[in-house]
Amino acid sequence: MNLELLASDVFRNAMIAGTIAAAVTALVGYFVVLRAQAFAAESLLDVSFAGATGAALLGIAPILGAAVLGLGAALGIGALGEKARERSVEIGMVVSFALGLGIFFLSLYARGSASHANAGMAILFGSLLSVRPQDIMRLIGISAVVLGGFAGVFRPLLFATVDPEGARARGVPVRLLSTLFLLILALAAAAGALAVGILLAAALLIAPAAAAVRLSRRPASTLLLSLCLGIGITWGGILISFLRPWRHPPVGFSVSALAAAVYFIAVAASPRAYARRGKTIIIGDNAETAQWTFKRGTSRKGSTRLSRSSAKGGPSHAGP
Amino acid sequence: MTAMLELLRYPFIVNALVTGSAVAVAAAASGYFMVCRRATFAGHALPNIGFAGAAGAVLLGIEPVYGLFAITVLAAVAIGLIGRDLRDRDVTVGVVMTFALGLGFLFLALYSGYAQRVYGILFGSILGISVQAARVTVAAAATSIAVLGILYRPLLFSTFDPELALARGVPVSLLSVLFLVVLAIISSLAVQVMGALLLFTLLVGPAATATRLVKTPLWAIMVSVALGLLYVWLGMAFAAVNGTIPVSFCIASLSFIVYLPVRLFVRSEGRRRRGNTTATGQLA
Repeated sequence: MNLELLASDVFRNAMIAGTIAAAVTALVGYFVVLRAQAFAAESLLDVSFAGATGAALLGIAPILGAAVLGLGAALGIGALGEKARERSVEIGMVVSFALGLGIFFLSLYARGSASHANAGMAILFGSLLSVRPQDIMRLIGISAVVLGGFAGVFRPLLFATVDPEGARARGVPVRLLSTLFLLILALAAAAGALAVGILLAAALLIAPAAAAVRLSRRPASTLLLSLCLGIGITWGGILISFLRPWRHPPVGFSVSALAAAVYFIAVAASPRAYARRGKTIIIGDNAETAQWTFKRGTSRKGSTRLSRSSAKGGPSHAGP
Repeated sequence: MTAMLELLRYPFIVNALVTGSAVAVAAAASGYFMVCRRATFAGHALPNIGFAGAAGAVLLGIEPVYGLFAITVLAAVAIGLIGRDLRDRDVTVGVVMTFALGLGFLFLALYSGYAQRVYGILFGSILGISVQAARVTVAAAATSIAVLGILYRPLLFSTFDPELALARGVPVSLLSVLFLVVLAIISSLAVQVMGALLLFTLLVGPAATATRLVKTPLWAIMVSVALGLLYVWLGMAFAAVNGTIPVSFCIASLSFIVYLPVRLFVRSEGRRRRGNTTATGQLA
């Protein structure tokens, strides 16, 4: 234990950057989970990898390259269509090409010197312990855009997520919202990648929100819970890495391990309530309930086939 | 051309060609089912999960292949059992994958070895394959193709019409787990060739193009395998001629360049619907 490290600038900068990144990813992650877009999030991260390594090659800050290329990919994925299920192949192709490009850039960049090779590893696995004040300023800028956009689209996006048909019937621009969300997600992914790296940022985007969705049903409390879990996971990860109870666990590992632990504890803690109510979410005070896709366990018995196929058309309204 | 033939005299080039071809065939064939089952995220995650196994094996001083097999098969069973619907599966795959990647990172930090070794596992090192590793890879590829052949009809049935298959007593969830295990075996053998990050290219690229071009399952698999072999051979040839571009980047670019016009100009809706009805019609 070396507590004096906690007073250092390195620790302070890591905590500031980690907190901002965790907050942004935990909030945006709520919709990633509700919209079942974890693969889209992962693909935007992989595109960010190409952007970050390309920027490093050109001598620009990686986070800026990641943000720019991520925004472009978000527009492209948004143009493909709405249903995540139908898009998985196209997203897969984007992932594969983006990774190839990123590896190409990285191989060019890392060939330069050993310090460049280490910089490449920092892009992949995070560099929270080497965050500089100018990185924090860039992070704050990107996060402000994300939070502004998130607050702007929150209500219509929630409506379009819970009940796309109803939202379309009432004139909500569902498709536009879907693309706007992907743009916000791309920026949030770039912010998360600064904290724990391209490969592990998906942990911060998915795990806190997925745990919160299992434990709470009202959007406001779910968001708050997700925020607390995300920040808690990040602080815990940084502290573990700094206090070094054992060898030298990298921040990326302690954050992703804590995130997985939180998610699986939430899964273990919630099975009965979750199974009873299915995937429901309560919006508003009159407990208007919209029901999601299938209930758990319907695929186990042949007799539940009907309920499965009837839910296939997408989310439908159920009684309160 | 003569320069290329000259290259064939080097044993490590022949090794790389044989291993690359075996992986291409196995990955393209199973990729067809992955694309049709919309299991692309799982296909993306399994090689990345394998990274943790390989890094752990390196740390313990055993062959990376064993670590790869152990952890990917375990993860495949877990993903197959936990993820019963789209949202749960999506989230579980994401969490398991990032945890595995973090674990792999920890192992590498503990190994405190040379960064080149990490790059080798993540990005592949097809030219550095040993004769023994090549033999293991070819044997495992042949095994997984044989398993796919045995499972072919029920797997196809449960892929295109899971409800009907369930009603007829086909063990749909068992097949789903078995398919993921086959995918895991292919992932773990191909990670050394393509790297954890890019194996996914060989799984998705040929199959995504083939399903758009051809209607019936068997032909789609054939086309997919042919494309896979073509990408690997051309990719290796480009890399050998150029010398600085990584093989995996060549393969990824080729598969994207072929896919893009096919995606844009071949309308799949009618084709795929007809493809589905012929598939189920044949089997039902």
